[in-house]
Amino acid sequence: MPEAILAARELTRRFGGLFAVDRVSIEVESGQIHALIGPNGAGKSTLINLLAGELASSAGSISFRGSPLPPASPERMARLGVGRTFQRSNVFLELSAFENCRLAAQARTPRAWAVHERAALCRASNDGAAKALTLVGLGSRGSVLARALSHGERRALEIAMCLATQPCVLLLDEPLAGMDAAESGRMLELLRQLKHDRGILLVEHDMDAVFAVADVITVMVNGAVLASGPPGAVRSDKLVRDAYLGDAV
Amino acid sequence: MSRGRIALLLALVALALVPVLAGKFYVDLFAKIMIMAVFAMSLDLLVGVTGLVSLGHAAFFGVAGYAIVLSAGDPYAAVSLWTSLPLAVAASALLALAIGALALRTRGVYFIMVTLAFSQMVYFVFHDTKIAGGSDGTYIYVKPVARIGTWAPFSLEDGKHFYYVVLALLILTFVLLRALLASRFGHALRGIRSNEQRMRALGFNTYAYKLAAFAIAGAVAGLAGYFAAIQFGFVNPEMLAWHQSANVLLMLILGGLGNLVGAITGAFAFVLLQDGFESLTKHWLVLMGAFVIAAVMLLPGGLTRAGDAWRAWRERAGDA
Amino acid sequence: MDVQTFLIQVLNSVQYGLLLFLVASGLTLIFGIMGVINLAHGSFYMLGAYAAFVLSGLTGSLFGAIALGVPLAVAFGYLLEWAFFSFLYRRDHLQQVLLTYGLILVFEQLRSIAVGDDVHGVPVPAALSASIPLGTTMSYPVYNLFVSCACLAVAALLFVLLRRTRLGMRIRAGASNREMTRSLGIDIELLFRVVFALGVALAAFAGMVNAPASSVYPGMGNQVLIVCFVVVVIGGIGSVTGALVAALLIGFIDTFGKVFLPDYSGILLYLLMAVVLVWRPEGLFREGAV
Repeated sequence: MPEAILAARELTRRFGGLFAVDRVSIEVESGQIHALIGPNGAGKSTLINLLAGELASSAGSISFRGSPLPPASPERMARLGVGRTFQRSNVFLELSAFENCRLAAQARTPRAWAVHERAALCRASNDGAAKALTLVGLGSRGSVLARALSHGERRALEIAMCLATQPCVLLLDEPLAGMDAAESGRMLELLRQLKHDRGILLVEHDMDAVFAVADVITVMVNGAVLASGPPGAVRSDKLVRDAYLGDAV
Repeated sequence: MSRGRIALLLALVALALVPVLAGKFYVDLFAKIMIMAVFAMSLDLLVGVTGLVSLGHAAFFGVAGYAIVLSAGDPYAAVSLWTSLPLAVAASALLALAIGALALRTRGVYFIMVTLAFSQMVYFVFHDTKIAGGSDGTYIYVKPVARIGTWAPFSLEDGKHFYYVVLALLILTFVLLRALLASRFGHALRGIRSNEQRMRALGFNTYAYKLAAFAIAGAVAGLAGYFAAIQFGFVNPEMLAWHQSANVLLMLILGGLGNLVGAITGAFAFVLLQDGFESLTKHWLVLMGAFVIAAVMLLPGGLTRAGDAWRAWRERAGDA
Repeated sequence: MDVQTFLIQVLNSVQYGLLLFLVASGLTLIFGIMGVINLAHGSFYMLGAYAAFVLSGLTGSLFGAIALGVPLAVAFGYLLEWAFFSFLYRRDHLQQVLLTYGLILVFEQLRSIAVGDDVHGVPVPAALSASIPLGTTMSYPVYNLFVSCACLAVAALLFVLLRRTRLGMRIRAGASNREMTRSLGIDIELLFRVVFALGVALAAFAGMVNAPASSVYPGMGNQVLIVCFVVVVIGGIGSVTGALVAALLIGFIDTFGKVFLPDYSGILLYLLMAVVLVWRPEGLFREGAV
């Protein structure tokens, strides 16, 4: 029975009078890809930020493996194993792709305070970085400066950095944005592989990709959950068709 | 060996030869510059590596000098170098820890203002109260003694000995800080400067890292301040003044941020310029002010990057 | 402490607080809207005071000096922004700090060359030179009351400008969201210039109007600058209301501190800042809560 690693209950976030996230309950289970879709401004990124500890909630609760969490910070969520990517590539531009991943992998290495050890020689970080880069298909691009990578490669680097921290939950904010067909295909295949040991929450606009890969789909409109369930059910849900999907799918 | 390494070694040899080849004036001048270079390196750890622009670093520089005076009960008695130096550095480190713990709760522009404000507070503590002579300051009549048992390896009263002690300090600080920068801790600091949000999202407790950097920088500043006070033979609140903090920032922007060598270069450039301006006119500060403005406008990467800037300019001119 | 002394200290606190507010409000608006850290802001206060000295000498009257001085300050601020500060917006904080520090040095030395380094008094206008007796032994200078009233009037005008006019609306919009304001078609460059000139004028006016009470001396700009930084940190960047609250708080703490703890009064406001930092690091009022 798949367990919910990360769960939110009645999660709410207000900005003044605006309810960006309105009493949303959602679960991310291990072994599943849970897609989060909805029109622009529906609150999807805000929800990701809440789950990642980047934003404080106005009401509601978040629990990790069943235990409720106190208002968390991004670093605490990351240490628990909740990794996230950003909607706009948020990498270290002056470092190479490999150095980006190595820095990410370093977050998990013990004894970070061992100041006499050279970072470049840290076997654990180096191996972790190499593995993460290979997984996303950037194995041969390690020495390229992040600034010099193409947009699609940067999105892949985003994910590699997240993977280098060995998360058990992945919160991915539009990872496929700006990728071409080949890159998207590779990424989706990667996600299918990754879900076996992890839970993945995926915000995406590419409907083909979503319906190809998701096990569960939640639709958000105006900050609230409109519908949630297996792809087939969501696709044929009348409310969802009216509000978002239309006749396109 | 790379060109940079060779240049460094040559500079080192030149520095080592100063007391042999030059008179007291230059020995004292270069000793002063080297002390400022250590001070500048400590700030580079904060500004150039971690991205924390502190406008209050002089507080940690000055407190070390006051620690000497306050720990010596009798102003004419000689204290031991081996006890007073760790004490002074510890005082600076603790002050940095205390101020950093509060100041690092803020970011960006706030942080700059808060560091300035706290260092002003420290300034007022020494200026307005009667501690160590108040606004007049106190003399250090006898320099600390480096005796262990009956063996005295060197005497700080001797200008040349003092010079070599300071040179050793400069080299040691440089080597240790470089090692720090190459460690995982150092890499994390650079990551924080580059993209703190990302670092937090990866799981780094950036507050703790920044606080550690702040305390280390404070301790090294104290190291410099200790020797500055001894060389000067006098401590007064002006060592803690915010003009001192601004000066050391200026050294960094002159020399170039983030690689420690820039800090050393900047210290040399600044002290020599200051002396030069002072000899020109009573109102030398206006020259300094104009120079500061010009330097920042024209040399965004500092002198160590001046070569790059020159090449880039020539390339552009060549295209035209 | 008897009633008269208490009253005098309260009046002193209010006067100091309102003066700080005038200088700090410009500082917080410039921070909040342009994102520029300006160390030279204290120099505007100093230049205003010296202008009062020079102009009242020329015109023979303080009011004449202020009438001339304020437009001069506005023009000066406008020019300075155009010639110098507009370059700073794209620079990082370190460069802004050093550039404006260089500016302080230049201003201080130019003033020194032009007027010298002596302390000067500025004569109080005859009409306001009386003192109000309080009880049998004490009195309070009428001029100090005038300063407080003048600052209060200017503060009120500032709030009316910000809350009730189109310009004020644009300023508040700029304080909370620069990009959005720009994309709404509002000429941001002009807005910045106006805000900067306003800030300079406020600081200069404070210097001018207080010159007879405080005298005119070289270090006055730097002193006021750092206290204003504390005001802005406590009040919250970009918040004029916050600046008012914080300035008055500091006015009271500093004035009463001098009475009860003369040796330590200098550090009291920093302790207050430390307390606020522990409790509310972003300041008491949020940015843009003008």
